[in-house]
Amino acid sequence: MGRKIAYFLEEVGGITSLFWQIILHIVRPPFKGKYIISQMLEIGVNTLPIASIMAVFTGMVLAVQTYIKLREFNAETVVGGVVAASMCKELGPVLTAIIVAGRIGSSTTAEIGSMKVTEQIDALETLAVNPIKQLACPRFIASLIMLPCLTIYTDLIGILGGYAVGVYRFSICSSIYVDNSISFVSPWDILSGLIKAFFFGMIIIVIGCYKGFTTIGGAKGVGKATTSSVVISSILILVSNYFLTVLLYQ
Amino acid sequence: MITITNLWKGFGENQVLKGLNLSIKKGEIMVIIGQSGSGKSVLLKLIIGLLKPDRGEINISGCDITKLSDVELQKVRLKFSMLFQEGALFDSMTVGENVGFFLLEHTNKPRHEIFKIVKEKLKIVGLEGVEDLSPSQLSGGMRKRVALARAIATSPEIILYDEPTTGIDPIMGASINHLIRELQSHMSLTSIAVTHDMKSAYQIGDRLAMLYDGKIIEVGTPKEIKSTQNPVVHQFITGAVHGPITDS
Repeated sequence: MGRKIAYFLEEVGGITSLFWQIILHIVRPPFKGKYIISQMLEIGVNTLPIASIMAVFTGMVLAVQTYIKLREFNAETVVGGVVAASMCKELGPVLTAIIVAGRIGSSTTAEIGSMKVTEQIDALETLAVNPIKQLACPRFIASLIMLPCLTIYTDLIGILGGYAVGVYRFSICSSIYVDNSISFVSPWDILSGLIKAFFFGMIIIVIGCYKGFTTIGGAKGVGKATTSSVVISSILILVSNYFLTVLLYQ
Repeated sequence: MITITNLWKGFGENQVLKGLNLSIKKGEIMVIIGQSGSGKSVLLKLIIGLLKPDRGEINISGCDITKLSDVELQKVRLKFSMLFQEGALFDSMTVGENVGFFLLEHTNKPRHEIFKIVKEKLKIVGLEGVEDLSPSQLSGGMRKRVALARAIATSPEIILYDEPTTGIDPIMGASINHLIRELQSHMSLTSIAVTHDMKSAYQIGDRLAMLYDGKIIEVGTPKEIKSTQNPVVHQFITGAVHGPITDS
């Protein structure tokens, strides 16, 4: 038990220390613009196909479920509002973050972890290049920018999915659907979703990099670190989502 | 040039180095020999500052690197290069980008000029026309040569070699040994190599040091080491099955 607590505290200390080192290196030149752009493409653009599928079907399912329930109260016209509010406030940021944790968190850990076990991280240091600056900082900046962008995108696609089901399957009047969608969502709802996405981006990259930099034990170690990175990121996203919601809506 | 005094390093309960002392003269190739797991690679990583010792000093040209901050250490590292056991080439880059990595990161030289230097360095290690290949397309021997080209592209004063001939065939091993000697004479480098390959140690070393039980137990020229009276060193260099190393 004592050993588990010590391990837990060591992990928390290590993650906190890495977070501060990333912040310190971000503000110090040189700035790695080329690496940031390539990471933005990887995190943002290359995640678009899977994010689109996730968002469109989530919006569609949400529309079906809410329509069935709201019809009992003759309130089916507000389906658009429920779908839009759910997507912007919760489902957009959380599901996007879970997808990015699976795609980018795992690849970050696997890449840095395999560099660690094949001494490429040591090689970087011997070439007078700081591995945190080189590998973690560009990913961190790219993630802070791209997670909110992806969230805006998935919000929109989810709303469109809901619209398609509501209007074309359940024959809700298009203008009523759109009016309801707009009236149910305040600018703060959209902004709070983006603030959440910003924090989730931080969590995914810091955990992904930490697990990569602390990988030991060859290919098996890389696999173990990758799994652990996705699991920890996903749990932290779900837990922090509750606290962020309380903080942002009180 | 490099003076190591009373160096201690352990990992948990495993004490790897126990008060190691060693001096390396400027311009020589010092080969550290010893069994697998005796702490040779750990010693190299301590010398280049990748690991921090528990105790002791490592003086490089009068500067104790164990007391330096990370930023100061990075400046000292500009004097060093290291050839890793498996090459440690960056998978995500081409051979050319690997060799030119240091120049791309630390100089303002135009890209075409850097790639001219890359070609020169690759030619020195006997490789031409491989700049656009990825490291995964290379054989073990070629990877070591590319890693060597990357190491010399930084124009270092000191090169550290971690098992330079391990995992490659004898002919390629002899060629790497020859290359290390050639570089030594052309670039007047100070070199430290760790190996358990005695053939390689005799070929490249100006002096050999035997690491055993966390300490350097004997230092001498290849000739002196061959005629050693120390039973531990004698068993190691002759590869005898029985002796103080295996009996203890």
